[in-house]
Amino acid sequence: MGVELQREKWVGRVTPVTLGATAAEGGTRGHTITVGGETTLPFLHFEGQMPHAPVTALEIWDMPPADWPPLLLDAFGDAVQDPVSWAKKCVDEYGARLLCLRLASTAPDGQNAPPEAAADTVRAVLKAVDVPLIVLGCGDFDKDNQVFPKVSDAAAGERVAIGIAEQNNYKSLVASCMMNNHVILSQAPIDINIQKQMNILITEMGMPPERILMDPTTGGLGYGLEYCYSIMERIRLGALQGDKMLAMPLIVFPGQESWRFKEAKEPESAAPQWGEQYTRAISWELTTAVALLQAGADVLVFRHPEARRQTERYIEAMMAPAGVEA
Amino acid sequence: MALTGLEIYKLLPKKNCRECGSPTCLAFAMQLAQGKGSLDACPYVSEEAKEKLGAASQPPIRLVTIGTGEHALQVGDETVLFRHDKTFFHQPPLAVTVYDDWEDARIQARLAELKAFSWERVGLVLRVDMVAVVHRAEEPGRLAAAAQMVQAALPYPLYLESAEAGAVEAALQAVGAGKPLIAAATPENWQAWVELAKKYGCPLVVSAEGLDALAELAEKVAAAGVKDLVLDSRPATLVQALTDQTQIRRLAIRKKFRPLGYPTLVRVPQGDAWQATAYAATLIAKYGGVLLLPAEVGIPNVLPLVTLRQNIYTDPQKPIQVQPGIYPVGEPGPDAPVLVTTNFSLTYFTVMSDVEASKIPAYMLICDTDGTSVLTAWAAGKFSAESIAETMDKFKLAEKVNHRRLILPGFVAVLSGKLQSLTNWEVVVGPRESAGLPNFLRARLSA
Ligand code: SF4
Repeated sequence: MGVELQREKWVGRVTPVTLGATAAEGGTRGHTITVGGETTLPFLHFEGQMPHAPVTALEIWDMPPADWPPLLLDAFGDAVQDPVSWAKKCVDEYGARLLCLRLASTAPDGQNAPPEAAADTVRAVLKAVDVPLIVLGCGDFDKDNQVFPKVSDAAAGERVAIGIAEQNNYKSLVASCMMNNHVILSQAPIDINIQKQMNILITEMGMPPERILMDPTTGGLGYGLEYCYSIMERIRLGALQGDKMLAMPLIVFPGQESWRFKEAKEPESAAPQWGEQYTRAISWELTTAVALLQAGADVLVFRHPEARRQTERYIEAMMAPAGVEA
Repeated sequence: MALTGLEIYKLLPKKNCRECGSPTCLAFAMQLAQGKGSLDACPYVSEEAKEKLGAASQPPIRLVTIGTGEHALQVGDETVLFRHDKTFFHQPPLAVTVYDDWEDARIQARLAELKAFSWERVGLVLRVDMVAVVHRAEEPGRLAAAAQMVQAALPYPLYLESAEAGAVEAALQAVGAGKPLIAAATPENWQAWVELAKKYGCPLVVSAEGLDALAELAEKVAAAGVKDLVLDSRPATLVQALTDQTQIRRLAIRKKFRPLGYPTLVRVPQGDAWQATAYAATLIAKYGGVLLLPAEVGIPNVLPLVTLRQNIYTDPQKPIQVQPGIYPVGEPGPDAPVLVTTNFSLTYFTVMSDVEASKIPAYMLICDTDGTSVLTAWAAGKFSAESIAETMDKFKLAEKVNHRRLILPGFVAVLSGKLQSLTNWEVVVGPRESAGLPNFLRARLSA
């Protein structure tokens, strides 16, 4: 019996976005990373193209994180004391090809480090490793607005991705990213309409869509993942149906959203019914990442190197058009 | 594809005898067309008519029941490709594998582990749902012995697999009353499996490589009288599995393609627990039916998988709710702080985990807002000074704590004045985002 295969005829395409700039492009990165370009839903190679594999990043902080559990900190040892050593460890030892630096020390209710110090950290990390960089602020709008322009200047030419820009604080970030040729992270609170509106506002200021990544706000596994999953699916369907203002690649944070919760954090002694913590926590981050990849994620930021590594293996298997035999 | 009243009328006996309770056959047909009443009410209807009418009212993907009684599982009857289009209805059962060539002690240890693995999350029990017993032993009778061991230890439905129908038949003599899922009918040997499935009334896996061969086999087996089928397309890779699952779902729902209108089987390959977890997660998200997990996938891998399954199969229109009440976080004493919030499960969990992160024991007062978040509930009038005051009374908050102080979510700071005058409690406005709670609570404690 001939089964007639069902192929969708999509008209749209996800906009390719490139992170990092090599010497030829005015930066000092050893390589660049391009994401996007899909003309089909994730990994449906029978129907369209996925010219660029989704990419993974490791998250590093500019201060030792207070709320990371010991199991996670163990992966980095003393390197968490210093962002430069931390960055090197991720690249040299764990093979990360993309890093995400969180400027946690700038938080006003914490260390309240000045913007200049944050800019120095960014400069030092860019000097220490030659992979493309994502830089995140502390999340306080006023402070981020002071920090972002300095960071943007410090990284001029390197085409870093800077965020988070959201409804209330996108303008100054857009302006400084435009000036220095960076990529911006455009965030909406699990809302497709606000997401689209954000992208319209940002592009209306003159930012090209090729320099925007969308952050749909990641929901943790067991903590609202389904909302994020469905918004991502709807955004991606919108892109494939030709909506250019929903066609930017998607960035998500499975690391951050896994290690916040007790399913990953609790040691086995505190939760014997859940079994051994290492496997459980890495599986938690990995499972979150797989679900997000199936919803259309293009850039995934991890906390544990093993979760990133296993996700890389998964992506590699999924990117071979005929698949890789298990 | 519902039939019209006239189409149904043509299939009725046209005796107008009124025994169905309708004045005429036509009136009866019109009723059926509107989905009212049942064809069984007419004692004279022909077998042919029953079949035609039955087919027209069948769902695009057949609902298949595995097992009996309280632990029976239903799989299939999905109606959409994306959960946001409506919802996914029947969670894919997770089956953990034991092999009949394992020593008894090893099987028992595995079963004990599965028995212990069950916990409640927002009122829903998360656990493994099935045990797959796979025949690998030399002795033909070993499958029956292993299946009996499993059935004696756990009330979950079974999956029985062997290359030989005879081995499964021997097992069914012992455990067949539990209506296990049996595997697998192939293009070479399906007749023997059809006999077994009929004799014991069991759902049957049909297994053939590729969708063409699978559709052909499923049609033959259905024509031979076994309708409760589960499809196995034997993909060589995960990419192929995703492709097959997507095609089967699209064909069944968009094209009403009957031969593939059944739930599916996913065999997660052996070898590597990490990639097996990723494999299973992929097909929980994308259309998998019964998921067979290999032996090396342990409880710590299963925990995220059952959680993902719960997330993906949550009805987008009906957010999960938490029972209103007073919930302790840690081991709070009478002087512990009290935080008010809504009964939207996500709000509850997020606030709870942020309070946990503060390491300060506290009480959460959960108000009934029909499962909506703080801002949505407030905008809809479901989270008001009055409703908070009522909840405090109802659950006798004043008897739990020796102070009179409430922490209100920052987003509803506007309620604080009214709440204070209604209750005479001091109302403290907390942070807007739950993530601010650890700092907020610690700062208050040291103040
Ligand atoms: S019982 Fe059957 S034959 Fe008699 S009136 Fe009803 S539909 Fe017609």
